[in-house]
Amino acid sequence: MRSRLANIDFIGVFLWVIRAAIIVAVVWGTTATILNNTYTTRQWTDFLVFGVAQGSMYALIAIGYTLVYGVLFMINFAHGEFFMSGIFTATVFLALPMDNAGWLDRNPLLGLLIIAVVSMVISVVIAVVTERIAYRHLRTAPRLVPLITAIGASFFWQNLYRGLLGGEQKPFPQLEVLTGTIPMLGTEIQKVHIVVIIVTIIMLIGLNFFIIRTKTGKAIRSVAEDKEVAALMGIDVDRTITITFITGAAMAGIAGVLYAMVYRQVHFFMGFIPGIKAFTAAVLGGIGSIPGAAIGGLFLGMFESVGPSLFLKGLGIPAFNQLKDVIAFTMLVLVLIFRPQGILGEPLAEKKA
Amino acid sequence: MVKSWDIDLRIPLRFGLIAGLIALMESVIGIVTLSWERSLVANVVTMGQVLLFAPAIVIASMAAKQANQDKKLVSLLYGLVTGFLTAIPLIILIAMATAFDLRQFMPNVSPALIELLTFGRSPVAGSLILLGVTSLMGLLAAAFDFLPKFIQRPLLMGLIVTLTIGIFSEILSNRLRDLVSVDFSRAIFEGKALKTIIAAGLFAFVAVLNFLWNQFQEPIRGAFGSLPPRLTRVLRVLVILVLIALGLLIPTIAGTYLSEVINNVGIFVLMGLGLNIVVGFAGLLDLGYVAFFAIGAYSMAVFTTEGPLGVSNMSFWAAIPFCIVIAAFAGIVLGVPVLRMRGDYLAIVTLGFGEIIRILALSDLLKPYIGGAQGVLKIPKPTIINFFAVIRDFFVNLFRGLPLPKAPFETIDLIKPEQFYYIVLAGCALAWFVSWRLGESRLGRQWMAVREDEDVAEAVGIKLVSTKLLAFAVGAAFSGLSGAFFASKLTSIFPHSFKLDISINVLCLIIIGGIGSLPGVVVGSIILVGMPELLREFKEYRLLMYGILLVVMMLARPEGFIPSAVKRREMLTADEQMQASAETESAAGD
Repeated sequence: MRSRLANIDFIGVFLWVIRAAIIVAVVWGTTATILNNTYTTRQWTDFLVFGVAQGSMYALIAIGYTLVYGVLFMINFAHGEFFMSGIFTATVFLALPMDNAGWLDRNPLLGLLIIAVVSMVISVVIAVVTERIAYRHLRTAPRLVPLITAIGASFFWQNLYRGLLGGEQKPFPQLEVLTGTIPMLGTEIQKVHIVVIIVTIIMLIGLNFFIIRTKTGKAIRSVAEDKEVAALMGIDVDRTITITFITGAAMAGIAGVLYAMVYRQVHFFMGFIPGIKAFTAAVLGGIGSIPGAAIGGLFLGMFESVGPSLFLKGLGIPAFNQLKDVIAFTMLVLVLIFRPQGILGEPLAEKKA
Repeated sequence: MVKSWDIDLRIPLRFGLIAGLIALMESVIGIVTLSWERSLVANVVTMGQVLLFAPAIVIASMAAKQANQDKKLVSLLYGLVTGFLTAIPLIILIAMATAFDLRQFMPNVSPALIELLTFGRSPVAGSLILLGVTSLMGLLAAAFDFLPKFIQRPLLMGLIVTLTIGIFSEILSNRLRDLVSVDFSRAIFEGKALKTIIAAGLFAFVAVLNFLWNQFQEPIRGAFGSLPPRLTRVLRVLVILVLIALGLLIPTIAGTYLSEVINNVGIFVLMGLGLNIVVGFAGLLDLGYVAFFAIGAYSMAVFTTEGPLGVSNMSFWAAIPFCIVIAAFAGIVLGVPVLRMRGDYLAIVTLGFGEIIRILALSDLLKPYIGGAQGVLKIPKPTIINFFAVIRDFFVNLFRGLPLPKAPFETIDLIKPEQFYYIVLAGCALAWFVSWRLGESRLGRQWMAVREDEDVAEAVGIKLVSTKLLAFAVGAAFSGLSGAFFASKLTSIFPHSFKLDISINVLCLIIIGGIGSLPGVVVGSIILVGMPELLREFKEYRLLMYGILLVVMMLARPEGFIPSAVKRREMLTADEQMQASAETESAAGD
């Protein structure tokens, strides 16, 4: 009798209870919300479109996490700062002066293009500097050491920017072209969301081409597979790792521009939350996999946008929108607990888990 | 000709560029401007000057060391070029700030900064002076290296001690005024800085002391070593007694303000000791450690508050065990799901937990219970029985034949930081003792085995589940106790006190001190919590400093300042280990 009791996997039971409780809560909330007809179909579409736009940004940032994790098995905690640095710099030094001079309204497309390029370049520079100074010497260190270094780097950049460009929120100029809505899918969709989605699709296709078709992409994939063998095949591993960082940071730079266009404000701390969420997206999709990052980002964005209204409201939680971030974090925790390999990932080898 | 000199100008070029960028960074983030007026030694040197010119000096000295040892001229040249180049980014900044209004982009590039960078002259003249000054400093730094080591060290030590005392002049002078007399304080300090003559004396004193110590270190140690063991034991007990007496006397010496600072340090020591168990002993990187701090603080708040949110009117003392138990329970509950994770995933999940707890505390969902953004107010301070009065009354009444004092006894509220200090001290002492004993116990060894290799630990029969959960629970309990003190100390708590910063702060302090090392936690707390509290005007740069410290420590000294014995052995490089084993072998051979 005693031995049988001891054989029960208490931890497993506990985890099943958590699973069941969450499923019940979600189903309960969802049913209640739908039965009460709280929102119209149009509102649901709005939530969904916003979620897709939001998720596109997460996807772009998540690429950086996934690429770096793929080659170095390291969570680049400072990636959110790569995202912040580009657009923060570009806003303060370019967007605001151009807007004040009225030039941005006259040449919105060219202006945005310049801002995007500058944002990408700055993000890339920050990433390369971080990699060169902080990460490169730690390739063989125990795994917690690079993570702690990355946390340090993240705090460093955040607070450097705070001292450099000021601690207050800066507005990102509102552009005539991007305001307003377009009728589509039986509802009015904001132009800026459409732009975000289109840009993301273009970037993802470009990235896919780069990784699959070019020689450099091949090098990145082979380094991710096995650094030593790649080095034996004549691939410059250090250079390839730097290129990986550059690729991820460039995506983050673009994501920064999209973020600024949607939320129209930037500040030094803006990288933290999107960074964590993008990491969640990367894990959700299966860390190390690029399509996984894209799918994970989209999924997280939609879930976060629809979720609070869908099941938190149904559960009768007051001011449920405050808990939006809780959903993302809970999702992160749940994915890591129950399916650490993510949606698309294959079960991770021991060294990656 | 030139070739035989082995000059490689790329070395000073690189070093100079780095130094210049550091100086530029310090300038544009505003810390130089902020500290420019804060003088360390009256009329001689200010903190801003030290900050601005330290890169030139330190890095020029590093560059000079790259030169071949007997090529003194080359190393002087390296120093000079490095110093020269340090000024270049600053001069570019001066030029740009003169040409454009940089302030609209970078709020800290103010006219005041440019004025102090150019020493109040015109941009051109000022730039030339700056160039001259940094070059000279680079040259001097290189020349300093020519001095023999036994002179270099005392000089450096004297400089560091004098400047450190200079930084804290204001607090020290206030304390001296209260403890000794106004005249005495005035004799040593002038305004908020050391007097020049005193500084010189202090410098000489420390330098001589250090010189003597370096010279006679070996014989003194030897003399102590040859004392009979009984005497050394007595001496050790004496030292410990003196330390305890000092620990008890600290509030009287330190005064209200410093006691408050020390209390804050103590609260972080307590948390650090807890995280040290989780991260240092068991090797589980927890980035959501602030969650347990918050849980402890909110438990204390809700149990004791006199406001509308209170669930009971417990006293501080009655609530303490509940806070500890609730936090430990939370540690287990949050620990169970993450048991199967290792390394960086664990870090991220715990970070997620920490944020969830904070957002929940802030949300309207829990507002009826813990007050949402308005927090919990009116938390009482601890009260203790006034033992002195009770004992006095006991004897007085005994002699007079009056009835002896009975419960309820006379009590005092521990309102002042000087009084609260003893509670924090007791908490820290308890946590220290528990960590120390646990670290040496069977459980402690199991934790360390899990830290080194989970699979091996499991294979030798260690139960991973209970071992890990105990680490989480004990760590959380310490943090909960710390949170309880925090709530009672502040008498009101708000969700924004429990940000991720605190977790990072605690992690930093155990890393700086040395992971797994108990004295390291105290040293780390003093450096990372005490110093910034004393330098309040630089609060904005605190996290920047943490970031730099984390990166630099990980790159240069991952074992921390006071490494634990195990780590120290681990961090020995393969060479040193070979050397050590060779030495033992040769010793055995003899």
